[in-house]
Amino acid sequence: MRKYTPKDNVQGKSYYTDRFWVAPRVPREEVEEGSHFETVVNALGSQVKESYIEVGQLVVHIDASENFAVIKTLRDECGYKQCSEQSAVDYLAQDGEFELFYQLLNHAEAKRVRVVCRIKKGEAIESIVPLYKSANFAEREMYDMFGIKVNNHPFLKRIIMPDDWEGHPLLKTYPLHGDEFASWYEVDKIFGKEYRDIIGPENRDPAKVERYDTKRFSRVGYEVPFGADISEGEKEQAIEYSETILVNYNAGTKQLDERK
Amino acid sequence: MAQHQVNYASSAGLPIALTTVDHLVNWGRSNSLWPLTYGLACCAIEMMAAGGARYDFDRFGTIFRASPRQSDVMILAGTLSKKHAEFARRLYDQMSEPKWVISMGSCANTGGMFNTYATVQGVDRIVPVDIYLPGCAPRPETLQYALMMLQKKIRKESANMNKNTKQNLRLV
Amino acid sequence: MSQQPNKLTPFFENLNFERDDNTMVINFGPQHPSAHGQLRLVLELDGEQVVKAYPDIGYLHRGIEKMAENMTYNEFLPTTDRLDYIASTANNYAYALAVEKLLGIEAPRRAQVIRTMLLELNRVISHLFFLATHALDVGAMSVFLYAFREREYAMDLMEDYCGARLTHSSVRIGGVPLDLPAGWLENLAAFCDKVDYEVEHTYEALLTENRIWKMRLEDVGVISAEEALSWGCTGPMLRGSGVKYDIRKEEPYELYSELDFDIPVAETCDSYGRYRLYMEEMKQSTRILRQLIPMYKKTEPRLMAHAPQYISAPKEEIMTQNYALMQHFVLVTQGMRPPKGEVYVPTESPKGELGFYIKSEGEPYAYRLKCRAPSFFHTGLLQEILVGTYIADVVTIIGTTNIVFGEVDR
Repeated sequence: MRKYTPKDNVQGKSYYTDRFWVAPRVPREEVEEGSHFETVVNALGSQVKESYIEVGQLVVHIDASENFAVIKTLRDECGYKQCSEQSAVDYLAQDGEFELFYQLLNHAEAKRVRVVCRIKKGEAIESIVPLYKSANFAEREMYDMFGIKVNNHPFLKRIIMPDDWEGHPLLKTYPLHGDEFASWYEVDKIFGKEYRDIIGPENRDPAKVERYDTKRFSRVGYEVPFGADISEGEKEQAIEYSETILVNYNAGTKQLDERK
Repeated sequence: MAQHQVNYASSAGLPIALTTVDHLVNWGRSNSLWPLTYGLACCAIEMMAAGGARYDFDRFGTIFRASPRQSDVMILAGTLSKKHAEFARRLYDQMSEPKWVISMGSCANTGGMFNTYATVQGVDRIVPVDIYLPGCAPRPETLQYALMMLQKKIRKESANMNKNTKQNLRLV
Repeated sequence: MSQQPNKLTPFFENLNFERDDNTMVINFGPQHPSAHGQLRLVLELDGEQVVKAYPDIGYLHRGIEKMAENMTYNEFLPTTDRLDYIASTANNYAYALAVEKLLGIEAPRRAQVIRTMLLELNRVISHLFFLATHALDVGAMSVFLYAFREREYAMDLMEDYCGARLTHSSVRIGGVPLDLPAGWLENLAAFCDKVDYEVEHTYEALLTENRIWKMRLEDVGVISAEEALSWGCTGPMLRGSGVKYDIRKEEPYELYSELDFDIPVAETCDSYGRYRLYMEEMKQSTRILRQLIPMYKKTEPRLMAHAPQYISAPKEEIMTQNYALMQHFVLVTQGMRPPKGEVYVPTESPKGELGFYIKSEGEPYAYRLKCRAPSFFHTGLLQEILVGTYIADVVTIIGTTNIVFGEVDR
């Protein structure tokens, strides 16, 4: 029987994992009293579902429907003037959800907050472009890469992939080498579908050697003229070395071994 | 008025050089190869370095042109993404004959390390390539060597382009 | 031979080039020589004035974030070279630092000194490249040739260290792979003198008071501080708008907390101010490099952190000790397994804030890797600051944002 490979996550997997391996966790710290982060958590109040400090940055889990209100509070009351990054993580296979994160920066305090929320597949998220213009491109990229719709975005359109692209590349179901559509994209676009046969499929194997191709490959000891037809097989030829560089080590006395 | 008498039958010192049309035309073509500035990715930086002070591409008669109409050789320097492929082909079509293509770097040759959904796996899928230049990124010397190889190739060709059969299928 | 007809369809089916209201739509790129790579701008013009600008990116999208999900952590490191290919080490370092934070390890002191040196050297390389291309776009061809001359010396130094000119991969997770070669520090000191001299006597002498240069750059591409913050500008773009924020100073990493250097700020908010800022940053980088040279001599010769669970032992140990060989075998065949968790680590690359967000599920493959590239957000800014400018200034503004498409499209 063939081994089952999961179709909901086709990304790289470790070929071997110890049965008893339990991955440790990056330490999470409580929010200290009197710190800047405590004022942030207090300002957000009941909107915070969970908060902790991970590698020096505050992580705040919130409800996805409140993302605009929370980020507005962070910007106006806590001084988080910049949204450095905004994107998503695909958890469709495990939970049927996307995890969205907003990475905010406070310049005066030099502190960073990550706002994390989860949305179900097919749900849309409210745009934060009215708060941070940098989210314009970031949300478009998220839409392009994951297919997450953003409400009230001024111009929600594919940004990185072409407009007529099929599929959302960063989903876990999307293979690294692309699907059928992706593999013929440039041929279809430039020459048309009827040229697929002439151009041929993509070579995705970096170590591919074509046995009968004498234009690009040769074998040592079986040299033939460039472009010769060898479908019938080729003759073995003795390798001719230049005699001037050959040194006969057997002729003289052995001097390399000094133990004698 | 002084009269110059030239004895064409005698040896040395002739004011006339005899050559074939092929030689003459190819001499001209090969010594003024104007590439299209077509920087795609990392290799474009090395292409610029080749045009810069130390490597000085101009001594090969190579001057980068910004328009495909004025250029003879297209140096595809870098990763060609699928979104960009149609533009590359269109620029190639806009170049006037005779034209040559140098595929610079592993990404342009085969897709290289970017074996992903978004990159064209070798530019020879969309344009016929004359010289493949390995390396990631190739040094400027390598590019100069490739250009010298291309010059050699041009000198061997017939001046009449119709006679030349390119190895690569000239598509469409 | 006549041009054979081909099947290329018109590209902009949804784009109407002919308008009734006297405006004109032009397409800038993706092959334009001063588009810094593969930027495509669709500009709507009223006479010579830009009414609407629409930057179109993605022409260099190579799926790097997807590759990160399919490669072990060490395998992915050389791919980061190709993000911002002008200053590769800055990318290598940002990625390595993010993974180190995830693992909770720290590089030994000598590795830190070497890394800081390479980072600052890359900053000089990148700024020289900015100067060369920016001046070339604006029309000063000779500056391009001069700047590339000095850049080649820096490339020689990088080549002496790691063997590559462009794609260095000179930082590893947990340290650096090699010690400095003999005589490198003397060459570095000579290079610092050279750069200081050339910045003052060549570039600034040629450009700073140059009438044409000032006319082309002054009051062009003005970005207010509020706008810069809102659009996510970082690095020289943010400091060029009068906001004094440098991650090296404010959230110090590596040896920057021990080093003495200034953060230049431009209050004019225009392209000329940003040009002055880049010049000043180059001087500060050489100042840092000079301080690092004596620091190197005081360090122990250890290059990689000691964390056998994650990082292979030195080659000598692998060749001589059985346990080190076993660890190395597991790390090479399976890859390291960092703890579960997520981390976002910002660093100050020559272009701005380069951060890596890594989500780890305890597997040898990153569950999600997001590269926060400064140029991506600077490209987004173009749609706003280009409006109202003249078509001749478009090139200046693209040049001054110093965008590199490797990291915009990833």
